[in-house]
Amino acid sequence: MPDHALLELRGIGKTFPGVMALAGVDFTVRAGEIHALLGENGAGKSTLIKVLTGVHPADAGEIRLAGQVIRPAAPKDAERLGLSTVYQEVNLVPSLSVAENITLGRQPGALGFLNWRAIRRRARAALARLEVECDVDAELGSLSVAMQQMVAIARALDTSARLLVLDEPTASLDEKEVAELFGIMRKLRGEGLGIVFVTHFLDQVYAVSDRLTVLRNGRLVGEYATADLSRLALVGKMLGREVSEADFTSHVAAPAATTQPVLAARGLGRRGAIAPVDLALHAGEVAGLGGLLGSGRTETARLLFGIVARDGGEIRIKGVPVRLASPREAVQLGLAFCSEDRKAEGILPNLSVRENLLVALQGKRGALRTLDAAEQAQLCEHYIKALRIKTADAETPIKNLSGGNQQKVLLARWLATQPAVIILDEPTRGIDIGAKQEIEQLISKLRADGLAVLFISSEIDEVVRNCSRVLVLRERRLAGEIAGADINPEKLMHLMAGTHED
Amino acid sequence: MKTRSPVLWPLLGLVALVLLNAVHDPGFLKITLLDGHLYGVPVDILTQGSRTMLVALGMTLVIATGGVDLSVGSVVAITGAVCAVLLQGEHSLALTLAAALGAGLVAGSANGLLVARLGVQPIVATLILMVAGRGLAQLIVDGQVIIIKNPAFDYLANGFVLGLPVAPLLVAGLFLATHLALRRTALGLFIEAVGDNETASRFAGLAAARIKALAYVFCGACAGLAGVLAAANIRAADAYRAGENMELDAIFAVVVGGTALSGGRFSVLGTAIGALLIQTLTTTMYNLGVPPAIAPVPKALLIIGVSLLQAEKVGRWLGGLWPKKETAA
Repeated sequence: MPDHALLELRGIGKTFPGVMALAGVDFTVRAGEIHALLGENGAGKSTLIKVLTGVHPADAGEIRLAGQVIRPAAPKDAERLGLSTVYQEVNLVPSLSVAENITLGRQPGALGFLNWRAIRRRARAALARLEVECDVDAELGSLSVAMQQMVAIARALDTSARLLVLDEPTASLDEKEVAELFGIMRKLRGEGLGIVFVTHFLDQVYAVSDRLTVLRNGRLVGEYATADLSRLALVGKMLGREVSEADFTSHVAAPAATTQPVLAARGLGRRGAIAPVDLALHAGEVAGLGGLLGSGRTETARLLFGIVARDGGEIRIKGVPVRLASPREAVQLGLAFCSEDRKAEGILPNLSVRENLLVALQGKRGALRTLDAAEQAQLCEHYIKALRIKTADAETPIKNLSGGNQQKVLLARWLATQPAVIILDEPTRGIDIGAKQEIEQLISKLRADGLAVLFISSEIDEVVRNCSRVLVLRERRLAGEIAGADINPEKLMHLMAGTHED
Repeated sequence: MKTRSPVLWPLLGLVALVLLNAVHDPGFLKITLLDGHLYGVPVDILTQGSRTMLVALGMTLVIATGGVDLSVGSVVAITGAVCAVLLQGEHSLALTLAAALGAGLVAGSANGLLVARLGVQPIVATLILMVAGRGLAQLIVDGQVIIIKNPAFDYLANGFVLGLPVAPLLVAGLFLATHLALRRTALGLFIEAVGDNETASRFAGLAAARIKALAYVFCGACAGLAGVLAAANIRAADAYRAGENMELDAIFAVVVGGTALSGGRFSVLGTAIGALLIQTLTTTMYNLGVPPAIAPVPKALLIIGVSLLQAEKVGRWLGGLWPKKETAA
């Protein structure tokens, strides 16, 4: 155990109703180091940060700061102790000035009066420490996101911080801004601060961090010196798959290569979300879209379905260029999209299974071409049976169904529209293993029926099992494509990690 | 598991209130035929309640989309003022009614534009017209109370057809037409879908913004017609008082009728019963001699009571007190 540790977390456990978020996690940060915290979705990174900053006090374990046991019960406690956090979404007040934001809640002054000169002086000093040039009287909202981020860091440092947590600080920055941020991080490291850096971008981990800790499913995978761990090994640890494991390859047959693609996109992109991508989907194939979290998979799917406007490129459906500027147009063109966020973007919780199942088809037909009661009953009966949806009857509110069965209703919603292309974003997330298998069987049946399926998944084995072709994204651009028997977990991980096989 | 009908509790409340009145005053339920017209307290309740019912009908759809329209009272004042000025200028009744309806549609469109296209919070968006609209109504009548002397116009609110009062018949017809238009087409489903989860509805290919905007336009039209009935009822346009607090009564009626303020499931029939319940309560307090100044208190108690009964938690608690027999599966 390092005796010069600034912050030590030992055996941290945290349970939320029904979910074990963290179990026995150790985490150590030394003074004067940049420590990357890594893991896929649900690994427990954000819970760990919240335990550390007092948002969610831990159920088990202890936290030591410079050897002293601390128990932060609220973010204010943590701040007082010198643990400052800058969250991904800058949570400052856009309508106040830079100086006010930096000193908010701890403005110098007396008897309820503010000492404006002292406020400005402190703000200037905080910014000067970062070597950032910025007018402290400017309204925060008028600054670029990058500059707002700097202000957030200046605010965090204003409280004589000893440890700075940066939660995905680079998510909305461009390359130049990232480089500037790294400069500041290195400077602060030189001053003896401990910095925790949460990110999805492996390049950045290797560019700036000294050590790293990997979490998976709420447990500690390990702590490593960044220089000692290869990228491929790191990806393996994040995904819980050792590279040496017996590899298997895809057995999914590709469709005849001569067919015209059902959907073809060229130069599809959006600044800040995904660099221009070319992709084509053919009838009767399952194409995978792989990549680590934050690599741009979901963004690509959303551009394809018209949820977010693309700022360049063209989409052709069966060779015909289309506008495709809204989900409504996408549905009319024969596209379907199952969101990764079933609860927020999929189900209509209080409406019945029947209504949830028929809403897309009815929307496609328009309000006046109503499906009559007999047609509705017949469609529901068909899909409930075909997908083995477990529900008391078609009139049960969908919120009463299990996650897997909700997902099946959403799949049925789209199948009822008889789409030519279906985009499945993490269709098996958060559902039990039985339902997972059923959904995988369904995907293979859809392929046999001649649909074009775009399959997005974080689970590498799932991608290998289901896809006849995989496009891999990395750091928001297309990193490569592999097809047929070449698809195996190791190749995929190399592409995801940005390393090359020898 | 079949969900309990949302209409049950307001209906029971209405029956209880009517019984209370009948016990207190045996003449309460008495309906007499005079000159071939029906008279009596129940007929009064229907006639006086018709305007709130109409406004509440439009409000139901807006609330079902997850919004609210605070401007309906001001729209009532505007269309009343429009009617008075046009009739004073000897314009035809048809033109007057068309202009009033048009004013309601324009008001609703303005709200719909702000909420659905520009993304303004419904309370803020409709508050603008709530405040500005009353000023506009004052401007139309030049700050005066204009007396309307037009028998045909008067007939809309105070007339009888086949012995039955015209206004409640008109409103009942609109309720029926709306119910059919929403439930025989998929419009009702679309409104409920957008209210239940707007993002999911949009991702399912529904034109969520358009559906929301239409609800406000419809609500404006209902308020416009209610303004016509209000002006005809008192044979005058009072820009200052017409439709005062009507938005609150309408929201009460909708909520009591089983439509959640958070949007989603709605019940047109429930709204009708809710509006009748509120009007009956108003009449009851009048009959019991409750001073108008404290009249809002029993109203508030009623609303709290019905809302509690509808709350899932309380329902489960009550259900636990009288366990139902298990039915064999």
